[in-house]
Amino acid sequence: MKVTITVNGTTHETDVEPRTLLVQYVRENLGLTGTNIGCDTSSCGACSLHLNGESVKSCTILAVQADGGSVTTIEGLAKGDVMHPMQQAFMENHGLQCGFCTPGMVMAAIGLLNEIPNPTEEQVRIGLEGNLCRCTGYHNIVKSVLACANGK
Amino acid sequence: MGGSILGNRVLRKEDPKFLTTGGVYVDDMVNEPLLEGAVHVTYVRSSVAHGIITGIDTSDALNMPGVLAVYTGADLALEPVPSAYNPMATRTLLATDKVRYVGEPLAAIVSQTREQGEDAAEAVIVDYDVLEALIDLETSMASTNLLYEACGSNVVFDSMVLGLPDNTGDAYFADCEVVVKGRYLNQRVAPCPLEVRGAAAAWGPDGRLTEWLSTQHAQGAVAPIAAANGVDASAVHVKTPDVGGGFGAKIGAYPEELLLGVIAKKFGKPVKWRETRSESMVALGHGRAQLQYVTIGGTKAGKVTHYQLWAIQDSGAWVDMGTILAPFMTRPMSSGVYDIPNIECRTTSVVTNTTPTVAYRGAGRPEATAAIERAMDMFAAEIGKDAAEVRRMNLIPKFLEPHTTVVGQTYDVGDYEESLDRVLDVADYKGWREKQKARRASGDKVQIGIGVSVYVEITGGVGNGESAKVEILDDGRALVYTGTSPHGQGHATSWAMLTSEQTGIPIENIDLIWGDTDLVPIGTGTMGSRSLQQGGNAVFAVAGELVNKAKTVAARLLEANEEDIVLDKDKGAFHVAGTPAVAKTWAELALAEKSSGGLGHSDVIGVSGATFPFGAHVAIVEVDTETGKVTHIAHTACDDAGKVLNPMLLEGQIHGGVAQGAAQALLEEVCYDPDGNPITSNLADYAFISAAELPSITVVHMETPTPINLIGAKGIGESGTIGATPALQSAVVDAVSHLGVRHIEMPATAERVWAAIQSAR
Repeated sequence: MKVTITVNGTTHETDVEPRTLLVQYVRENLGLTGTNIGCDTSSCGACSLHLNGESVKSCTILAVQADGGSVTTIEGLAKGDVMHPMQQAFMENHGLQCGFCTPGMVMAAIGLLNEIPNPTEEQVRIGLEGNLCRCTGYHNIVKSVLACANGK
Repeated sequence: MGGSILGNRVLRKEDPKFLTTGGVYVDDMVNEPLLEGAVHVTYVRSSVAHGIITGIDTSDALNMPGVLAVYTGADLALEPVPSAYNPMATRTLLATDKVRYVGEPLAAIVSQTREQGEDAAEAVIVDYDVLEALIDLETSMASTNLLYEACGSNVVFDSMVLGLPDNTGDAYFADCEVVVKGRYLNQRVAPCPLEVRGAAAAWGPDGRLTEWLSTQHAQGAVAPIAAANGVDASAVHVKTPDVGGGFGAKIGAYPEELLLGVIAKKFGKPVKWRETRSESMVALGHGRAQLQYVTIGGTKAGKVTHYQLWAIQDSGAWVDMGTILAPFMTRPMSSGVYDIPNIECRTTSVVTNTTPTVAYRGAGRPEATAAIERAMDMFAAEIGKDAAEVRRMNLIPKFLEPHTTVVGQTYDVGDYEESLDRVLDVADYKGWREKQKARRASGDKVQIGIGVSVYVEITGGVGNGESAKVEILDDGRALVYTGTSPHGQGHATSWAMLTSEQTGIPIENIDLIWGDTDLVPIGTGTMGSRSLQQGGNAVFAVAGELVNKAKTVAARLLEANEEDIVLDKDKGAFHVAGTPAVAKTWAELALAEKSSGGLGHSDVIGVSGATFPFGAHVAIVEVDTETGKVTHIAHTACDDAGKVLNPMLLEGQIHGGVAQGAAQALLEEVCYDPDGNPITSNLADYAFISAAELPSITVVHMETPTPINLIGAKGIGESGTIGATPALQSAVVDAVSHLGVRHIEMPATAERVWAAIQSAR
């Protein structure tokens, strides 16, 4: 099936198998491997990206469902050499270790602040419940998100 | 730069990549020329826990779309391979005659796409004569139904074969005023690195095999890969892309990885393999899984005089690394931080029809700590004293010279009481006891629990040193080669800091190379919290030697005496003392040495032994006494890892460790049904801890440097896990101790806590 999807500002017309997941589309069809796959039950959130401005787990959506839509992946966040404030906050607060959950975590965190611009720590923890990390104990991830929200 | 960079909160060099384009993990290598035209491998796995294979029918699978080949162990002419830890146990890398756990690989599909392989794996028909599944450790230990008949028993390793005595039983405690017994299960958990296993293999025109592995130890994979492929080790090149976590489970090379070269050769194309999470949950090694019989005895005043531990280790269905953690990691640390004059510890490792066990963050030490700490709590409860005070009464006093325990382990340095004092103070232990008292008096259904642990562990016990090389490039940049293997720890930053400290080259001009066995042939990898104290130490020493070499070159160029040459670290240039205007930069020295092989230095730097980090944790929980629900509301950790290189990275290691400790104490457990079917085989069923279940963590700093290495550092990678687990378990019990509860097994789920309350009432 032919889909037309704008990814990180570039519009792509692609033939995909109907069963292609959005995460497979960005990784395999477009070669954008920053978005990772960490599970097969939509539990881990490593594949989180933005579809039409909302954070979604891209393993729960078929590429054909995103037809006509606009996708932002981790590769589309920075403006040249200038990182997005959330990326910067993760760097400054050591919000990542092995980096595998990081792209999904950053995308989910931005989605969270879009919904709740000034969250409490508890709101951040609950808001990121669907994004798993095994390295950081979440402490510095939560700190990064709060720092970003506070413009630090 | 002015002053030392060491000890500073330096941000990570590796982060911009991870944050903007993402790491390049094994499954992301889309532009690797050697993998051009690669096909996918999918393993067919056993669906029964224990059985004799009577037939494998691959014909339906072979006819499926995109399927190029299906190989069984017989097709690949696989020979039995002995276990490294008990050579009487042998298996083929694909099961041929017998399967021993659900998830054991028994055939390999080669397909155009991964999805086609997954579909085809479902179509391979395997016939089994099903045998009794041995899931329970003690049942297996006593059974004559043997997993490995040549072993003569399901006990595959016992500390008595090391010449160590058996425990003497109750008579040991005859002189004790108080004796408390316990049977604790340090339950099986899944390491769950967020990146599952993946690998790729390609044979080059030169006849060499290149294999990319998501591993903690590339150099360690060379020999087993060479053996599996029937080639010399020199024909194997292992490369490590970015690795999305390991936690011990990616130390050893697994059958699925060892076979890729064999399959690539047989099929004639490069191959790629990546397991699914559901496969990973049953085929990546599990951790812990140790049953403990504990007896503790002493005086009514609170002095512990006798301690006895029988640790029965579940090896799972293969004699893998998990087998030897009990005798070589739990047993030596059985004394913990306590000055106990009489200790007996026997360990017995048993195979069962479950996923094989391997190292998992802490690897034997969390088990030792959990046993003694739980015993201390039980002892304190029995004599009606405060658990923190009973600990204090029994601590080994501060020592700055090596201290040897009754079980024969020599600790380097320790000040356990200070770590306990600091954590109690910062956590406001007294304040929480007051709050607990008030809450109990109020009769609130939600009660407060306070748990304390004090621990010592062993780090850097693996390997006797590490290799390092520092090379100066023509432009004055440095390349550092290390035998350690970072997968989240931040070695690119840390090793650059150590190199910069010696050379004055700024960290942004220092790059790190690791995990490539052609470029770094000698290495022991990253495991057992060894990296900084062995690998970092080696980099520091080698960079120091390189400065001496550079002084010789500078002396020649400046026509001066070598001993008069000084390095101005702020400028990264050498000059004669007193005449800084005439200087030679690192780039100039490198250029001068270019014709004679370049400016660099490499060596393998030994260390004289392991180090023994220690600390104390305080966990605070709330327990709803009507539902049993536990909420972890505060956690304070004082972990003394010696000299701190980068406090930001240290704290990150503690945070992650505490989370995994809390996960084991409160949530996570790998479960099987009585037939050996895994019932926690994906991330929807397995209670992987999330941000919503954890509090922020307060880190209390304490530095007691070790004399064992140049930089005074001990390991920090596992401390958080070791300290947190018993503190959390203790806190949960403490919250309901006034209702008569003395013990709750891990994980302290709502159901378990509720049941404990009901049975105490």
